[in-house]
Amino acid sequence: MQHAQPHSRFSVLSNSSLSSAELISPASSTRFSLPSAPSINTTLATPKPALSRPNIYDRNLSKTRTAEVSASAFAFLFSEVVQYTQKRVSGINDLERRLNTLGYRIGTRVLELMAWRAESGSKAPKREVRFLPALMSIHTQVWKAVFGKPADAIEKSVSNEDEYMIIDNDPSIERHISVPRDMSQLSCSSFTAGIVEAVLDGLGFPARVTAHNTPVQGHPSRTTILIKLEKSVLEREEVFKS
Amino acid sequence: MAIYGLWVINKAGGLVYQRNFADGLAQLTSNEYLVLAGTLHGIHAITSRLSPIGSSSGAHVIEGESLKMTILLTATGTKFVLLTSLAETSADAVLQKAYEAYSDAVMKNPFYTPEMPIRSEGFDLRISTLIGDGRTS
Repeated sequence: MQHAQPHSRFSVLSNSSLSSAELISPASSTRFSLPSAPSINTTLATPKPALSRPNIYDRNLSKTRTAEVSASAFAFLFSEVVQYTQKRVSGINDLERRLNTLGYRIGTRVLELMAWRAESGSKAPKREVRFLPALMSIHTQVWKAVFGKPADAIEKSVSNEDEYMIIDNDPSIERHISVPRDMSQLSCSSFTAGIVEAVLDGLGFPARVTAHNTPVQGHPSRTTILIKLEKSVLEREEVFKS
Repeated sequence: MAIYGLWVINKAGGLVYQRNFADGLAQLTSNEYLVLAGTLHGIHAITSRLSPIGSSSGAHVIEGESLKMTILLTATGTKFVLLTSLAETSADAVLQKAYEAYSDAVMKNPFYTPEMPIRSEGFDLRISTLIGDGRTS
C-alpha cells in the first residue's frame, strides 16, 4: 500500500485529492495565499520568479569563515539522524555500521573540498602518497575542516602493525549525547570513523575504521578512532622504504 | 539561602524530572511528587486564566512561610519549578540556566523520547554543576 502512492513528503503533486488544474492555477489562491498584487504593479506583467536563494555551490570555496554552521542546528540534525537510523536497525553493530556509511558520504566530499582548498592555488599540486603524512593531514586538516579544531592525538598500536588511532578528547558531535547504559558499547563517533574511512579510501589507503569510547579522568567522552589498514597498504609502505 | 529542589513538568502535567538538593523539606515518595506536580499544573492553568486583562503567563511565584516556588513556563509548555528558601534571589537565573541545560543535554540527545522522564547523565551533570548541593551563600 505504501508503494502505491508516493510518500506525501516527496511532492505536493502526489496529493491526489487536488486536480492538477487546481494546483497550477493561480486562481485558487486560498491554497497558496499569494498576495494580491497592488494596482501599481499590474503594469509589470511578468510575475516575479521564485525567490532566488543563495546557492551553496556558488560560494567561494576558500572563504571558510563565513561557511560555518550553527553547532546547535547541527546537534539537532545529528540527533534526528541517530534517531532515524536507530529505528531502522537491529542492534548496536548495525547502528554503528549505518552511521559509518552516512559519514562515508561526507568524507568523500570533505576530501575533495580539502584538495581544492589546499592545492588549487599551488603551482605544483601534490597528493599524499605516504601513510603517516596522510594521517597527519587527517588529524589536523580534516578535523579542522569538519570540527573546527585539530584532533588531540595520534597513536600507533603497540601490538598490531596495521593499527593506528586518532584520539579526540571531546568530540563535538557527541557533546550533547548521553548514551543510555544498556547501549554503552555504542559510539556515535562511528559517523566520524566513516568520514576518516572515506578520506583514507580516497587517498588510496583502504582501511577499516571504527570508533570506540575510551573515557579517561577529566575527559568522559574521549573517543578513539581506530584505523585498521589493509595489507596492501603496509606492503606498499615497505616498498617506499627501500 | 538554599535551593531545595527542581522539578520539570511536561506540557501534559507529568513530572519528568525531580531532584532534591539542600535538606529542609519533607521527603516525599515519587508518587506524591507526581501528584503535586499534576496539581501545580492545574493551578497554573487556572492562574493563567484569571487575569482580568487579556492573556496571562500564569503564576510566577508561589510563596509559603518557609519556602518559595518559582515557576518558569517555556514557549513549548514545559514548566521548570524551583523550590527555594524565601530569601533566595537567584531563582530566576537558575531556572533560565536549567532551561538551557535541558535544551542542550535533553532535547539534543537522540536517546531521549519527548515528554518522557529524563534519564540523561549529561543533564544530571549539568544540573549538578549548576546547583551543587543547593547551598547558595
